[in-house]
Amino acid sequence: MSAGAFRTATGGRIDRTHTLRFTFDGRPLQGCAGDTLASALLANGRHLVGRSFKYHRPRGIVTSGSEEPNALVTVVRDGGRTTPNLRATQVELYDGLTAISQNRWPSLTRDLGAINDKLSLMFPAGFYYKTFMGPRFLPENWAWTKVFEPAIRRAAGLGRAPTSADPDRYASRYAHCDVLVAGAGPAGLAAALAAAEAGARVIVADEQSEMGGSLLSASRGAINGVPTAQCAADALAQLAGHARVRLLPRTTVFGYFAQNMAGLAERISDHDPSPDPEGPRERLWQVRARHVVIATGAIERPLVFSNNDRPGIMLAGAALTYLNRYGVTPGQRAVIAGSHDGIYAAALDLAGVGVEVAAVLDTRADPQSAAMAAALDAGLPIRTGTCIVGSRGHLRVSEIMIGAPMADGSIRDAGRIPCDCLLMSGGWTPSVHLFSQSRGKLRFDAAAGVFLPGVSAQSETSAGACGGASGLAAVIESGAAAGRTAAQACGFGLGRARAYRVEGILEATEATGHVNAPRLPQGMAKAFVDFQNDVTSRDLELAAREGFRSIEHIKRYTTTGMATDQGKTSNMNALALVSGTLNTTVPDVGLTTFRQPYTPVTFGTLAGMARGDLFDPIRRTSIDGWAQGKGAAFEDVGTWKRAWYFPRAKEDMHAAVARECRTVRAAVGVFDASTLGKIEVVGPDAAEFLERMYVNAFKALKPGRCRYGILLNEAGFVIDDGVIARLAQDRFHVTTTTGGAASVLNMMEDYLQTEWPDLQVWLTSTTEQWAVIAVQGPRARDVIAPLVDGADVGGEALPHMSVCEAKVAGVPARLFRVSFTGELGFEINVPVGAGRSVWEAVAARVEDAGGCAYGTEAMHVLRAEKGYIIVGQETDGTVIPEDLGLGWAIGKSKADFVGRRSLVRPDMIRTDRKQLVGLLTRGRDVLLDDGAQVTSVAAPAKGTAALGHVTSSYHSSVLGKSIALALVRGGRGLMGQRLHVPMPKGAVEVEVVSPVFYDPKGEKLNG
Amino acid sequence: MLLIHCPYCAMERPEIEFRHAGEAHVARAPDPSQLDDETWAEFLYFRSNPKGVHAERWRHVHGCGRFFNALRDTVSDRLLVTYKAGEVRPELPPQEHSR
Ligand SMILES: [Zn+2]
Repeated sequence: MSAGAFRTATGGRIDRTHTLRFTFDGRPLQGCAGDTLASALLANGRHLVGRSFKYHRPRGIVTSGSEEPNALVTVVRDGGRTTPNLRATQVELYDGLTAISQNRWPSLTRDLGAINDKLSLMFPAGFYYKTFMGPRFLPENWAWTKVFEPAIRRAAGLGRAPTSADPDRYASRYAHCDVLVAGAGPAGLAAALAAAEAGARVIVADEQSEMGGSLLSASRGAINGVPTAQCAADALAQLAGHARVRLLPRTTVFGYFAQNMAGLAERISDHDPSPDPEGPRERLWQVRARHVVIATGAIERPLVFSNNDRPGIMLAGAALTYLNRYGVTPGQRAVIAGSHDGIYAAALDLAGVGVEVAAVLDTRADPQSAAMAAALDAGLPIRTGTCIVGSRGHLRVSEIMIGAPMADGSIRDAGRIPCDCLLMSGGWTPSVHLFSQSRGKLRFDAAAGVFLPGVSAQSETSAGACGGASGLAAVIESGAAAGRTAAQACGFGLGRARAYRVEGILEATEATGHVNAPRLPQGMAKAFVDFQNDVTSRDLELAAREGFRSIEHIKRYTTTGMATDQGKTSNMNALALVSGTLNTTVPDVGLTTFRQPYTPVTFGTLAGMARGDLFDPIRRTSIDGWAQGKGAAFEDVGTWKRAWYFPRAKEDMHAAVARECRTVRAAVGVFDASTLGKIEVVGPDAAEFLERMYVNAFKALKPGRCRYGILLNEAGFVIDDGVIARLAQDRFHVTTTTGGAASVLNMMEDYLQTEWPDLQVWLTSTTEQWAVIAVQGPRARDVIAPLVDGADVGGEALPHMSVCEAKVAGVPARLFRVSFTGELGFEINVPVGAGRSVWEAVAARVEDAGGCAYGTEAMHVLRAEKGYIIVGQETDGTVIPEDLGLGWAIGKSKADFVGRRSLVRPDMIRTDRKQLVGLLTRGRDVLLDDGAQVTSVAAPAKGTAALGHVTSSYHSSVLGKSIALALVRGGRGLMGQRLHVPMPKGAVEVEVVSPVFYDPKGEKLNG
Repeated sequence: MLLIHCPYCAMERPEIEFRHAGEAHVARAPDPSQLDDETWAEFLYFRSNPKGVHAERWRHVHGCGRFFNALRDTVSDRLLVTYKAGEVRPELPPQEHSR
């Protein structure tokens, strides 16, 4: 027998001649090409694959699909390529695969955490809410938070994420189509064929590696005389032949969003033993479809009985799939039990390959079904009106106890049956997840006992089992009809209808089977409803007894349906149980919301290429390369990289900044100010527009002159500032802060377009157009004068706050006489393409004059020495110009500007507002913390409000002491007084001084 | 991701091209200095925040750059209609109200 003792000799879709080696928890095993990890483990007789989340109970494989609650494993490739919490039922086997089980220590068979199962009285429903509040008698809960809670949290859990970075690439694509088909089972394939043949562009996505769905698991039956699996292959071949059709296997439609947009996660390389290192691992598809056909089938329900979670207990439909698709038997002696005709097909197929069928137990008293008749004909031992009340076994089921429900609701003991596997079916739940995500309204079908699609919210059709169709013929019919409807909805003709003749299927008498609301004997044993989150029937009953009525509350209290499988196998059982306990109906209990993603999606897929350097654009100035060549340190300012400081041999940051500041004050410095926001404001009404936007007066500003502009919001608070130059009667060069460039332009456009559309003004962002070279210091004029052609840079021709056009180093430039250092200063604006060459010409002359390049840190120190504010540092959205001592900038005769009305609101004219002041510490080297509070006494009483806070704090090498700016309540009235700044090592006494520490008369500016 | 019809470009474009810009039809007074404090505070800070149809502004910021208005149902998150800045709020057919 090839690759496993439980492999059938023939049959299935695996390749017995192609053996694959793999390991599980270090043990070498063999499987076949075409296996999943789950089918390969079962072929080797391994049912035990994990320990449960809370009680650490031994767990086996329950399903054959993405709904699997138990068989979560970690697949290890190398360091960062370790993926926890994969469903073994979806992991395709490859040669060399390494898988390990989870949530056990030291091993799967001997797990110390299983003590939780014995202590389970400690873990009732609501355990976390009841207990993690912490016992009140412990001071500060120290023992609880430090000892017990971490231990419990460590013991309860899933797999562990790798600690190293994910080395893989993830791709992303947008796509448009007429019809998106979610699911390529019989309904989906029929729908895709019908839509494609009517002329529609179709995308078909299926979560499995091989498309065909249940057609691949059927052992009998034919469509138009062709076996079902061959039918699937034929349909796929026809679809592949259509140029308009795209087939996406291994692709899960995980989300259904507004306006028929779907999110698809495609797994590209996880099944590949040696994936292309350059290729992506997964791909996110964002598909906009004109119509969506949901063909996601149905999910089988487990039975709820005591100890229903032992390894060896699996769903009957899963056993059929393992047998017919993978050639794997679940054991040697099987009991098959349930409340749905599916149990008979499973029993017949298993008996057909020689598995001993110990019993077929039908909970229904008198099923009256053709499937049962066929099983009776085959001589199988069938018992109707019989339920399962418990199971025995250690790491594998060895025996089941059965009972007979009596009229009074009690259950009479009906003996026990030895077995090594139990295959159960509580009926089928239509997969309405995507329909519900589309915001369609579900309706409860009382006859079938399930929720089905009701009123659509978008252009979609549910086809096949997820739409309530029963039996293969009806499923295919509904799929084909949905495909034609979809094509028609996209404006295509109906096309010809294919005829499908289905024969030889053991059809179920009912589509879904009634939910088996269990009546359980009293006792200690647990009957699991939600396997993955370890929620038992008793937990749900307890929640109902404690007063919870809505399933939304019960879900959060018990955690049922909240695991990574979102309760795919458990939700209907939970609803039935709760409604039974509350003596009400399922719709009365309600239904929890179906949320994206349908199955877990990796962060990598969602992030795509947007990680690391590609997460955000990186903006660099034209001078950036020069700064890099000089070994500058950089800092991030918004999305810009800015030169922070230029360290020379052995200098640390402090030494470099100190030197740069001293050099600017003593000689000259050159600074890259290119990141400043720049907006060209042009038009006959440009001055009028700026008068309305900014606090300042601009109509009186003469061409060639500049003004320091302050921008408020309507609430009166300072939100931006910058120098604004009038180049001509109808043209202004507006600068903004580096961070404010986009928002200021947006705000200007807003007012221009919606409040004052009558103004003739045009706004253009020129931030990226100009390189800005600031030359600052007493020798600034000496440095630039020889480079300037066509303008007089003398103090009379070009005084402080003026602008002219000239050539600088041969390049046409806008030459500003402005200063952000308090020194004689110029800012040379040249087209960005010439930025580097002009900078180099300027920098060479700066160097010759004993100057240097300086970075943003020195810029900050120099401006703080002058008390110049930085918006966002000295302001925080609650600061008005008067608070900053900038009331002088307001155009007093203007009737209106943005924010003006707010400046006379009562709170704005109070005299005890926080005002900008300087602070000096007694010790010259004591540096205050940015953001530290300012108080009147060293140790204020608890609850005392602070007077304000430190906004900027630097060591000034020029002044030989530390300086700070602060916003302090009534600060300008406190000059010379002593206040205190509490710091981590104790309060520091400070003196309130003017915020202008250097050259208070401004003599240096006007040279 | 929503598809939004820009009334200036006259086409539907994906939501990522647009930026929401607050409630529509909140006009700034021609001369705010004439308003008392309460009326001005009303303009600054109070918005209707309805459950149901909301008139709101959007900007086609990564397209034509224009501000325009939209009626959106805040319950269903459906954009019911979009219209140019300065146009009066359109009447909706009755069934759109009741949605
Ligand atoms: Zn547009």
